[in-house]
Amino acid sequence: MMQFNTILKNPAEWMLSTGPCGEIVISSRVRLARNLAGLSFPGWADEEDRMLVLNSVKPAIEELSEMRGAFSSDLRDLSAIKKQVLVERHLISREQAAKGPGSAAVMNRKQTLCVMINEEDHLRMQSIKAGLNLSSALKMVDKVDTKLEECLDYAFDNQHGYLTACPTNLGTGMRASAMLHLPALVLSEQINQVIGAVNKIGLAVRGLYGEGTEALGNIFQVSNQHTLGEHETEIVARLEKVVRQIVEHEQNARESLFEERRPMLDDQVGRAYAILRHAHIISTKEALNLLSMLRAGVELDYFSPDARGVIDILFMEIQPAHLQIRAGRKLGAEERDILRAEIMRDQLKTLSEPGRFPPSDREDPGSDTTTGGRVKPPEPPAENPESDRRGKGKDNDE
Amino acid sequence: MICDVCQDKHATVYLTQIVDGQMKKVNLCEGCAKEKGVTDPTGFALADLLLGLGSDEKVGGAVDERFCEVCDFTHSEFKKTGRLGCSACYHAFGDGLDSLIRAMHKGIRHVGKVPTRYRATKHFTDQITDLKHRLKIAITDENFESAAQLRDEIKSAEAEFVRAKA
Ligand SMILES: [Zn+2]
Ligand SMILES: [Zn+2]
Repeated sequence: MMQFNTILKNPAEWMLSTGPCGEIVISSRVRLARNLAGLSFPGWADEEDRMLVLNSVKPAIEELSEMRGAFSSDLRDLSAIKKQVLVERHLISREQAAKGPGSAAVMNRKQTLCVMINEEDHLRMQSIKAGLNLSSALKMVDKVDTKLEECLDYAFDNQHGYLTACPTNLGTGMRASAMLHLPALVLSEQINQVIGAVNKIGLAVRGLYGEGTEALGNIFQVSNQHTLGEHETEIVARLEKVVRQIVEHEQNARESLFEERRPMLDDQVGRAYAILRHAHIISTKEALNLLSMLRAGVELDYFSPDARGVIDILFMEIQPAHLQIRAGRKLGAEERDILRAEIMRDQLKTLSEPGRFPPSDREDPGSDTTTGGRVKPPEPPAENPESDRRGKGKDNDE
Repeated sequence: MICDVCQDKHATVYLTQIVDGQMKKVNLCEGCAKEKGVTDPTGFALADLLLGLGSDEKVGGAVDERFCEVCDFTHSEFKKTGRLGCSACYHAFGDGLDSLIRAMHKGIRHVGKVPTRYRATKHFTDQITDLKHRLKIAITDENFESAAQLRDEIKSAEAEFVRAKA
């Protein structure tokens, strides 16, 4: 079995590689919920039953060829921070992180496949692929499910399909989702329109880590709402089609921002670069939003294409639990903000200045003001006075 | 748009909320909205609505409480948590649950992957469900001739189902 520290040292395969539509679609995930027949769902089961599930399910999972050399742990054996790291990597859910006896997680070496035991359902298996790759993610998790079905007796009936603790997962028990980076749709204020349209056709849109509707770092997850009455492959095909449309919208928005609002774009990317290279205290929220602008900058040729890898890993590395694992101890909020800024400065040290930062704009302070008035920057308002002052100071010095 | 609850009248009240991390939309007709006690769509927990809470909630209604005979899970527990106790609860809370499921999903019958063990019988149960549905329509239309024929078909499908199961 793999050590937990090995997981932490190595970014997941989907974080390192670039999949189809990788400039906009960060990852594709498919999760299946399954329960064992004749046993209460984990939330209602007593400890004895939960252990019974654990002891029959865990060996079956560990024996899968897909799980050779896997990391496997009872969640009780992990510290709160280690559990949080798994949440930040989307490997386990927040609910599972809080669970008691009999809860466990098994994940493969590449961190592309993860099975959770005794979460809301007895089994929740999930596959993660880089880019827009929903059907291959489905294939991967489906194969594992079919293998497990041979030795586990699933709760199923012909009318309702796979029976789940919550009726919202009934039927296929499948939740497919794509994680999208949509800075241009946010900047051009088209995002609400897109979310509205997507909601209307039975798909859900949410932020980076579920519940909170706020989309940190301009990252959105699109997933299916319905699980009953439609075939898995149909759900995935429909989702994929919609994601492709969103990708197209984002591309168009990026192009028109680049053509029509170039000074604003230059400004946003430039500020993100300047702050991340020189800040000494930075919150997760500010950092994610600025990283988002850098990522957009890569796609619009402000930086060399290989900068995206560094940026994508930073998205993960600067999150609270990741920081504390790196530090080897619990950190207060302020300590985290300082360490976060330090990592940013260090990792982005070699990133050269945005290539399309036209000097002419800097010489004319007037144009700066007009751009600022016309476009809403993505940062929270509180930061603006500070960034403004910095910008003006620079102008005066020159 | 048709009302999600009665599946009959035209919907005039639209609710959108985040439930369990998922954006949920429910469309209600005037009558159902009133019945569910929805006066202010923004101040109403959709989960509660879907799970049947609302103005019609009985006060102190511990009497006649439905529960699952397999796991002892009670219906009021379900209303509280939105989760069921075990897979048998789906039968125990049958009718109310079915309309809830109808409002949540695209259909009410599973059409996706089927575990190998169930594959032999799934075909027959689907067939039987279809026939029963047609029988209901035939009876409503007072088309007794085809109703009789459908009853025969159901009988033989059920016999085949029993054989397939064994
Ligand atoms: Zn109605
Ligand atoms: Zn039950």
